[in-house]
Amino acid sequence: MALVSIRNLTRIFDVSKPWLNRVLERRPRALLTAVSDVSFEIEEKTVYALVGESGSGKSTIGKMLVGLLGPSEGSVDIRGVDLAREKDAAKVDAVRADIQMIFQDPFASLNPRWRVRDIIAEPVAARGGDTNGLAEKLLEQVGLSARDAGKFPHEFSGGQRQRICIARALASEPKLIVCDEPTSALDVSVQAQVLNLMSDLKDEFGLTYLFISHDLTVVQHMADRIGVLYLGRLVEEATPAELFDDPKHPYTQMLLAAAPKLDGFGREVTPPTGEIPDPINPPPGCAYNPRCPLAQAICREERPALRAVGGARVACHMVE
Amino acid sequence: MTAPILSIRNLTVDIPTRHGTLRPVDNVSYDIAAGEILGVVGESGAGKSMAGNAVIGLLNPPAHIASGEIHLNGTRIDHLAGDTMRRLRGKEIGMVFQDPLTSLNPLLRIGDQLTETMLAHLDISQSEARKRAVAALDEVGIPGAAERVDSYPHEFSGGMRQRVVIALALCAEPSLIIADEPTTALDVSVQAQIIALLKRLCRERGTAVMLITHDMGVIAEACDRVAVMYAGKLAELGPVRDVLTAPLHPYTDGLMGSTPLASRGKDRLHQIPGAMPRLDALPQGCAFHPRCPRAAEQCRADPAPRIEDGAGRAACFFPIDRVEVA
Repeated sequence: MALVSIRNLTRIFDVSKPWLNRVLERRPRALLTAVSDVSFEIEEKTVYALVGESGSGKSTIGKMLVGLLGPSEGSVDIRGVDLAREKDAAKVDAVRADIQMIFQDPFASLNPRWRVRDIIAEPVAARGGDTNGLAEKLLEQVGLSARDAGKFPHEFSGGQRQRICIARALASEPKLIVCDEPTSALDVSVQAQVLNLMSDLKDEFGLTYLFISHDLTVVQHMADRIGVLYLGRLVEEATPAELFDDPKHPYTQMLLAAAPKLDGFGREVTPPTGEIPDPINPPPGCAYNPRCPLAQAICREERPALRAVGGARVACHMVE
Repeated sequence: MTAPILSIRNLTVDIPTRHGTLRPVDNVSYDIAAGEILGVVGESGAGKSMAGNAVIGLLNPPAHIASGEIHLNGTRIDHLAGDTMRRLRGKEIGMVFQDPLTSLNPLLRIGDQLTETMLAHLDISQSEARKRAVAALDEVGIPGAAERVDSYPHEFSGGMRQRVVIALALCAEPSLIIADEPTTALDVSVQAQIIALLKRLCRERGTAVMLITHDMGVIAEACDRVAVMYAGKLAELGPVRDVLTAPLHPYTDGLMGSTPLASRGKDRLHQIPGAMPRLDALPQGCAFHPRCPRAAEQCRADPAPRIEDGAGRAACFFPIDRVEVA
């Protein structure tokens, strides 16, 4: 059984103006569908990557997975427990302890007034566990020194802070770590260090990652399976080899063609046209139809379902 | 070769502090020719933006140009007084910054911002300026330019705003554009649009472009030559294809190795140990030697040879041997 199974997950945010403004200005409610009917599964000890541009809903899915946000519809099951609906507190608690998160900005996600020792031990201390020597051991595992435990976050560089965040995420011995753009704020040589560390830790502790990123090359390097999101919808899901060698959805094709390539000297790309539509008023039918070169009448009327094409899953009417 | 548009000679920027003087840009020289895009690449703190700010005279005090010369179209510009420099900026040098929202005045319609710039620098009438503003927006690919000219910045998306900023940088027809991380805040598909736009404008108008970025992919696709900076110094300077496919400096080599690449598959990424030294704790000798796999005694003792003094493409005692690619 898959460790995580996400079914028909939808999240709607109410971004309406206040009630009085709506009445006076005769405006309807504005509902923003950040995630719309997304289903996928994450197998144990694999890396599942969500990739998409800003506003595609990838972080919202990550937050719903760890329980920072509740789903509007659908469910997130982790080891068979639906976190949002399960009534048995002991069960929820047991699953919760297995999930941790690493955030994008290592400057904002560490409390500047706490010593590194307390930051790292907090997930264990909060559950009343034994924290003796824990921070020192974890610091060495992530490539820092045990002596660093007494320091404050401001004494570290960005890459070192991200290592502290990783140490904190490991403290409660989780099964699943949600990584939301863990290396986007880092320089490329530091990014390589952190990505290598994450790969090593995954093998050592048998971790499962949900890896959220906008960087296709990083995703290709890390992931076992990749889901491509567009306007809150899963448009394609495949292994990295399949996705990069033979992208099936026109959006994935556009994304891959537009990404700068290290060997693309003097490459003249035909830049993609248009931009991501407004998620409050998404286009009818397939969300990508206004920009799609293949769009037919059916694409403007009917939303394509995600269906198996070879080893991949694609949501497009035009793909055979 | 014709005379370069921009010529930087032995530029050094100093920041005096209570604990001694920091040197974010140390004795750097390079040229940019007309119609050429020079990429300046490096990690945070390498001094790439500081060099760009020195050219446009926008160093934040106490940072200042300690020595060296900057020539634009054959005229020395690094010692100009404030108001002379202000006239030059915008007229001869256009700027595109990372965040398009902070480079535009949120209270002014974009048409007014464009005409204001043109009226300040060009001898044209108000109606002519307005006509040119619409043409400029049209040229950078804003649909319905004639209507959008009266919109406010917040009515545009991020990519469209960056187009407006580019139109603003170009409207006085400068000979040099400094683009400091112009696509870092943008999505991949929008980034491709902006890069294509910069390349086209550069080609059509013969504008020299200094493209500051940390993204090697952008460098590969957009630039003619690339300058790799490390701890305030030039590490390597050369044609983009040569530098990226056959780097001579161990730092460039490490940088390329740590970039995830399709062809490398899931092997471990090459990693450069350690981090860039802080400016107040630069090591003796070559600044890269503590992280360098090829470092020898000489690297620890003597400063690395300078490209400008004829060290070739890489500022290194022991550059990587490459068989000449024909």
